[in-house]
Amino acid sequence: MALLEVRDLTVVFQRKGEEPFRAVDGVSFDVEPGQTVGLVGESGCGKSVTSLAIMGLLPKRGAKITGTVSYDGTDLLKLSDKEMRDRRGRDLGMVFQDPLSSLNPVVPIGLQVTEVLERHRGMPRKEAMIEAKNLLDKVGIPDPNRRLKEYPHQLSGGMRQRALIAIALACRPKLLIADEPTTALDVTIQAQILSLMKELVQDLGTALVMITHDLGVVAGLCDEVNVLYGGKVVEKAMRHKLFAEPRHPYTHGLLSSIPRLDAAPGEKLTPIKGSVADNIPWSEGCAFAPRCPNALDICVQVTPAEEDQLGRLLRCHNPVVPGTPAAEEVPV
Amino acid sequence: MLRYTIRRLIQLVGVVLVLSLLLFAWLRLLPGGPVSALLGERATPESRAALTKQLGLDQPIVVQYFKFLGRAATGDFGVSTGVQPGDSALDIFLQRFPATLELSFFAILIAIAIGVPLGYLAAKRRGSWFDNLSVVGSLIGVAVPVFFLAYVLKDVAASGLGLPSSGRQDAIDATRVTGFFTLDGIITGEWDATFNALEHLILPAIALATIPFAVIFRITRAAVLDVLDEDFVRTAESKGLTAPVIRRRHVLRNAMLPVVTTIGLQTGALLSGAVLTEKVFSFAGVGEALAIGFERRDYPVLLLLIIMATIVYVVVNLLVDLSYAVIDPRIRTR
Amino acid sequence: MVLGLSSKKDKIDGLAETAGVSLAASAWKRLRRSPVFLTGAVIIGIFIAISLLSPWLAPHNPADPMLIDQVVKARNEIPPAQPGHPLGGDLQGRDFLSRLLVGSQQTLIVGVGATLIGLSGGLILGTLAGAIGGWVDSAVMRLVDVMLSLPSLLLAFSIAAMFARPSQFTVILAVAIVQIPVFARLLRGSMLAQRHSDHVLAATALGVKKGAIVFRHMLPNSLGPVIVQSTLVLATAIIEAAALSFLGLGNPDDRVPEWGQMLGDVQKVFDTHPHLAAWPAICIIIVALGFTLMGETLREALDPKNRR
Repeated sequence: MALLEVRDLTVVFQRKGEEPFRAVDGVSFDVEPGQTVGLVGESGCGKSVTSLAIMGLLPKRGAKITGTVSYDGTDLLKLSDKEMRDRRGRDLGMVFQDPLSSLNPVVPIGLQVTEVLERHRGMPRKEAMIEAKNLLDKVGIPDPNRRLKEYPHQLSGGMRQRALIAIALACRPKLLIADEPTTALDVTIQAQILSLMKELVQDLGTALVMITHDLGVVAGLCDEVNVLYGGKVVEKAMRHKLFAEPRHPYTHGLLSSIPRLDAAPGEKLTPIKGSVADNIPWSEGCAFAPRCPNALDICVQVTPAEEDQLGRLLRCHNPVVPGTPAAEEVPV
Repeated sequence: MLRYTIRRLIQLVGVVLVLSLLLFAWLRLLPGGPVSALLGERATPESRAALTKQLGLDQPIVVQYFKFLGRAATGDFGVSTGVQPGDSALDIFLQRFPATLELSFFAILIAIAIGVPLGYLAAKRRGSWFDNLSVVGSLIGVAVPVFFLAYVLKDVAASGLGLPSSGRQDAIDATRVTGFFTLDGIITGEWDATFNALEHLILPAIALATIPFAVIFRITRAAVLDVLDEDFVRTAESKGLTAPVIRRRHVLRNAMLPVVTTIGLQTGALLSGAVLTEKVFSFAGVGEALAIGFERRDYPVLLLLIIMATIVYVVVNLLVDLSYAVIDPRIRTR
Repeated sequence: MVLGLSSKKDKIDGLAETAGVSLAASAWKRLRRSPVFLTGAVIIGIFIAISLLSPWLAPHNPADPMLIDQVVKARNEIPPAQPGHPLGGDLQGRDFLSRLLVGSQQTLIVGVGATLIGLSGGLILGTLAGAIGGWVDSAVMRLVDVMLSLPSLLLAFSIAAMFARPSQFTVILAVAIVQIPVFARLLRGSMLAQRHSDHVLAATALGVKKGAIVFRHMLPNSLGPVIVQSTLVLATAIIEAAALSFLGLGNPDDRVPEWGQMLGDVQKVFDTHPHLAAWPAICIIIVALGFTLMGETLREALDPKNRR
């Protein structure tokens, strides 16, 4: 049985006097224990909302959540507020995008680590402090004893994200959700943080849901990849399969728009035209159709169904023919 | 930190000197000025001239100012002409200052004790009827003239609650130690004296508390709203922390920064309200002395009390800035 | 920074930073839909209408002691409500309703007068400091800081007490002077905020004269914060004028009534004739609330933080 089974997860935001907005539209995926699964897409595709829904962190008012999120057989969406509180931080950990704003500026790092140990592992403060030191050590923060007493503004960006990872992993959760954990960091630091995460999830046997817009991150880390567009999964496959042979025009476009060092001189980048603002509603066809180079008439008339094609899920009327240029030899 | 404090204190001395010079000059340049205040408008030119010479008012203003400073250094700020005629201005201040301090303490206590929790609740229930009602209530609170509210309270108390509506204490035989009547009773064990003084404090303190309450409420609400939107609150939630821990450690500790500033500003400004409140309740503090001083144009007393008010105001604000460093590690560890 | 008080200044400076945010487009759109702003606007609209029309609305001459024979000083009796005089008379036997209606006029004058004088003073000082900079800037700001280092209401009391013969004008002046440093700091702050903004740099690069830049490009952009502050000052001016009257620092001539004066002058009979205080007090509270509602919603609409 999978550790996490997300089935038909739908999140509708309803604000007073405004049209309801379907941020997540029937998303399903599994995460096996110890596996790393990627949720990939542009901003606004629903990947962050998906993660917040799994964590139970969406506002009670204004967000209507349907579907199931079963963790170890329990549907998290049916749990009470208190039961969910007991699980967050213990069974599920989360790392956010901006490490500076995600840490409390007026509380020392040490307390921000120990409070989660005190809460879920019932450790007294002294013992928790020793454990916190070990944790900081483990995530590669030098001189952890000093850092425990310091405040977030005294740490570098990379160190802050390391501290947040230490916090998220403090209770050895079986599932870690990372929402764009490297986006706010310098490129050199990004690689360090990614390899740290890879190492930690392997050591601890933690499953990881990696949310990102950056296919480079996916390439180095994920076992399985879900490509999201307009709140729906449009393509799902194992990593090497997806990279070697993208079938959805959106996935193809994402891969083609990555600059490559081995590109021939004069070869142009092929960005995806338009933006998410051009989307049409899924009920009228394919949301990606207005931006799609392969679009046919049917794409704006019939909603494409999800099809299983030999271990690959695809939602497209006119998929890319394997071997189409600009997608081959993807850097992995 | 120490250097910063010293620099600020030196600046305070500068401000007080400039302010006293301005006040002094203005008083002396007034048509009539202190001579008219002492002799009345219809005094003969001869007697005016004599008094002018006697008071040294015929000398250049700068000379007069330095003489004033010289006397002030020995504690001689002149003699009251209206508040308590014949008493030294400094004595009047020393006698009355504890009363105002006591009143202000209770007023700001009330304002904080109600304003902060109410502001937090309103922010948590943003947009609810409770939120809207308390926001409108706080806006009305600022719009009500303080002295009118004081009169309403006084009337209600006189007829309804049976609370005393004037003075600081009934004529009971209480021992004086510090000048703080509530404290004196505790020190000497005369509990009925403390209780009596507290009874006298309730109404003026409530009247004085309305404006700081309304302001503290609104700032707390705004600050909590800001903090609730912060990423670190979401992080705290993602750790599964209990609601009280999130509230205390993550929301309130951050929201308190602007609130502390406001509390400081409001405490410093309480004296303005005390002038009006103390007058209504005949509460023998600095505020009442200022009210009477304005009415009877008692310039020596006014000069001293206004300078003292400035010192208190600036010192309170200095304390607030320093307390910032205690609450906000980003300043402390810079 | 000359002396601390960073808190009081922060508030002004925070408002100053909203300079250049266009009032016209999005802010106005949000305001039109805000019930709070509309409530304030309606209150103020009615208030202004009454004050303009009061000479015709008032049934009697507010200065005419027409009911003086019903006033019995010894027994503290005043004319009760009666046909033709729905609110009765005041301590001098004058028609109370007429005085309330006509009183709105002077109240409006006090509010607007104090705001305009405070604004003009602040405009001169703030523009001098912000536009010239250098020693003028530091001299002006030091003066402003000294004025800000007194609680504002106490400063108003002190200034009013300096005048040997109080009048409506000295009341307005006392309330206005207190606002000068606030406006000065506000304008200077918003000019400093703009000094390095693109439109000012562009104008400078095009060789536009300094004076023209200040008056054509910088001042108009400071309009937003100035309007917010002015609206709030209108409310405080009216309340402070009442406090001055209460302390005997107001206008002693009560032939032409003003609400603050009406409220402040009846303190001795508050317990026997509370309605003489209650009516002007309620009028003041409603009008001050109206200005405050408008000012606060304007401030929120201008705050870039709220533009989502």
